[in-house]
Amino acid sequence: MLDFFVKYPRLSRLVDLALPLLATLAALGVGAIMLQLLGANPVDAYGALLNGAFGSQNALADTIVRATPLLLVALGICIAFRGGVINIGGEGQLVAGAILGTLVGLTFPEAPGYIVIPVALVAGFIGGAIWGGIPGVLKAYYNVNEILSTIMLNIIAVQGMNYLLRQPMIDPAQAQLASRIPQTARLVQAFDLPRLVPTRLHLGALIAVILAFVVYIYLWRTTSGYRIRAVGLNPDASSYAGINVKRNIVLALLLSGAFAGLAGAIQVYGVHHRMFTDGSLAGFTGSAGFNGIVVALFGKLNPLGAIPASFIFGALIVGANSLQRAMQVPAALITALNGLVVVFVVASDYFSRRLARSRQIGVEANVEPSPPASMPPALSVEGDMSSD
Amino acid sequence: MISELFTTAVLIGILTSGIRLATPYLFASIGEMFGQRSGIYNLGVEGIMLMGAFAAFYVTMTYGNPWLGLLAAIIVGSIMGLAMSFISVTLQAEQGISGIGIYLFGLGMSDLLFQKMLGTVETVSGFRPVSDSLNRIFPDLLPGLAGIPVIGAIVSILAQQNIMVFMAYLLVPIAWFIMYRTTLGLKIRAAGENPAAADALGVSISRTRYATVTFGGAMAGVAGASLSIALLNVFQQNMTSGLGFIAVALVYFGGWRPYGVLFGAILFSMVNAIQLWIQALNIPIPGDASELLIMMPYVLTIIVLIFSAGRMRKPSALGVPYERGG
Repeated sequence: MLDFFVKYPRLSRLVDLALPLLATLAALGVGAIMLQLLGANPVDAYGALLNGAFGSQNALADTIVRATPLLLVALGICIAFRGGVINIGGEGQLVAGAILGTLVGLTFPEAPGYIVIPVALVAGFIGGAIWGGIPGVLKAYYNVNEILSTIMLNIIAVQGMNYLLRQPMIDPAQAQLASRIPQTARLVQAFDLPRLVPTRLHLGALIAVILAFVVYIYLWRTTSGYRIRAVGLNPDASSYAGINVKRNIVLALLLSGAFAGLAGAIQVYGVHHRMFTDGSLAGFTGSAGFNGIVVALFGKLNPLGAIPASFIFGALIVGANSLQRAMQVPAALITALNGLVVVFVVASDYFSRRLARSRQIGVEANVEPSPPASMPPALSVEGDMSSD
Repeated sequence: MISELFTTAVLIGILTSGIRLATPYLFASIGEMFGQRSGIYNLGVEGIMLMGAFAAFYVTMTYGNPWLGLLAAIIVGSIMGLAMSFISVTLQAEQGISGIGIYLFGLGMSDLLFQKMLGTVETVSGFRPVSDSLNRIFPDLLPGLAGIPVIGAIVSILAQQNIMVFMAYLLVPIAWFIMYRTTLGLKIRAAGENPAAADALGVSISRTRYATVTFGGAMAGVAGASLSIALLNVFQQNMTSGLGFIAVALVYFGGWRPYGVLFGAILFSMVNAIQLWIQALNIPIPGDASELLIMMPYVLTIIVLIFSAGRMRKPSALGVPYERGG
């Protein structure tokens, strides 16, 4: 089969692009078997899923609303992974951004919306940047593995949120009641992000798509973005070329966190209009911080690729809920399928590499195999910047 | 008041829960350590733990025998470890992300199975404290020892633990022996330090890594079982709530050495036990910020990582897929 692609190199590049889709189809195939075992007809089930995600104007709007935080988190993940750092802290960074963003709206209820909304979104961006910058500094200057520190900071963030919502930031009305539901007051209606059409679709979706182009331009058309990618591709060579590796590690994680933080603020101002907690991270974030990683990978760590990827996963999440309603199949199935998609997409890189190699062998014999196209090699040389 | 913490009864209580709380960390971290020593880090521990916890719980509930439950957790954990081996060794996929995939799969799948096969949170009678069987076999032993000052306290702390707690602590010297005193351990360390050289000497890198990652998966499954059929005796969605990720952190924390991991696990668990007891005793906390107490072990882990990360030397080939001539 490889010979075939050697003859038609262009075709093999097409396969490269199609691999994530093939991986998803494979995951959905496994999902079909699982559905069958659960006693649900896979065709009906996937039909219900598609109908729930795209069946009406409202469904489509909900899909885009769910895709928005995924896209924003994924943009940050693109920056981090391109910079050779693995950011697992999207959940905590999202919460940090949401808290800071909400504080702005709660503090200035009298101010006009056209001032408060932008300020709040910037505050969310900053909150996420702080929560992402901490592991960046810890990694660059104290050699603390960022996977571990971001995971710890997720847990610290959720506890911080639980405390703030239970005590200082609690809705004054709730504070009077015995139930004391841990949530903030509803933000003034003037602060709601404008709706785009008469559905739940809000301005945040547009902001996210625009930012996807901004991040694309940043990574591939600016010096700063180039430096981040250079550090991700080869920290030693970058250092030799005079790039400050430590500073760029901090920058990559800081920006990565900032986009997750913005996602948090947009969720508050566009969807929930308040913060609330059920004690867990997923209760507020809907696991967007984790699923954003899936989306970024699915988009091959390309900000523009993340746009359709986020749409697909937004549809999966919305569709899963109607699947649960229509066929009594727990929405947890989609979490499991997400996991399979990640595994299959990452594993499919193996075939990308083999294709790339066979292409090279086709061009000239005995060439060194090239690294995978989609993953910066420094990612696999995890941690350890002590050489700088 | 804070002084309430320093009564003998409470101190014994803290030690008892601290020792017990380390159990899942020890299983999962020692298992993960083997994988990392051979060059593979598996971030999916949390997901495997959840699957192991569910398997152990379900089998124990169905057959009424916790040993069968434990076996089920080992089988499920091994299968998931084997899957991780295939992805990371054979397909040479990026390990951190593959692990996240395994985690999400385990998180969703255990939740799905729970909703479909159990539906509600139930309790199960898992492993009992060893004092139960001791009292049955030697009825006079424990009451007799209880009178002796220091020994009595130690005995009472130990007798309240169940068999899985002892197995977890026993795993540490066994792991040390395998790692540093056997050929297998040498192969594992060689695969993680210099796979090319080990390969040249005839060590099969892929077979070694398959073995360690599968073992790590089995131990993660056991760690999950220790929660669902030994410590808590319940199963619910996402019951591990980050515990598996902490277990991975403890491997770094312990500098990839069995006794280092043991130290980290005990330190983390003791701090956790103290904060649990502060809450249980209703000791007033400034600003009623009990969440700040819950954060303590995690903040402490970051602080210790800051001070230890510079000194620890991780396996050179950790995270790097091995390919002949690559």
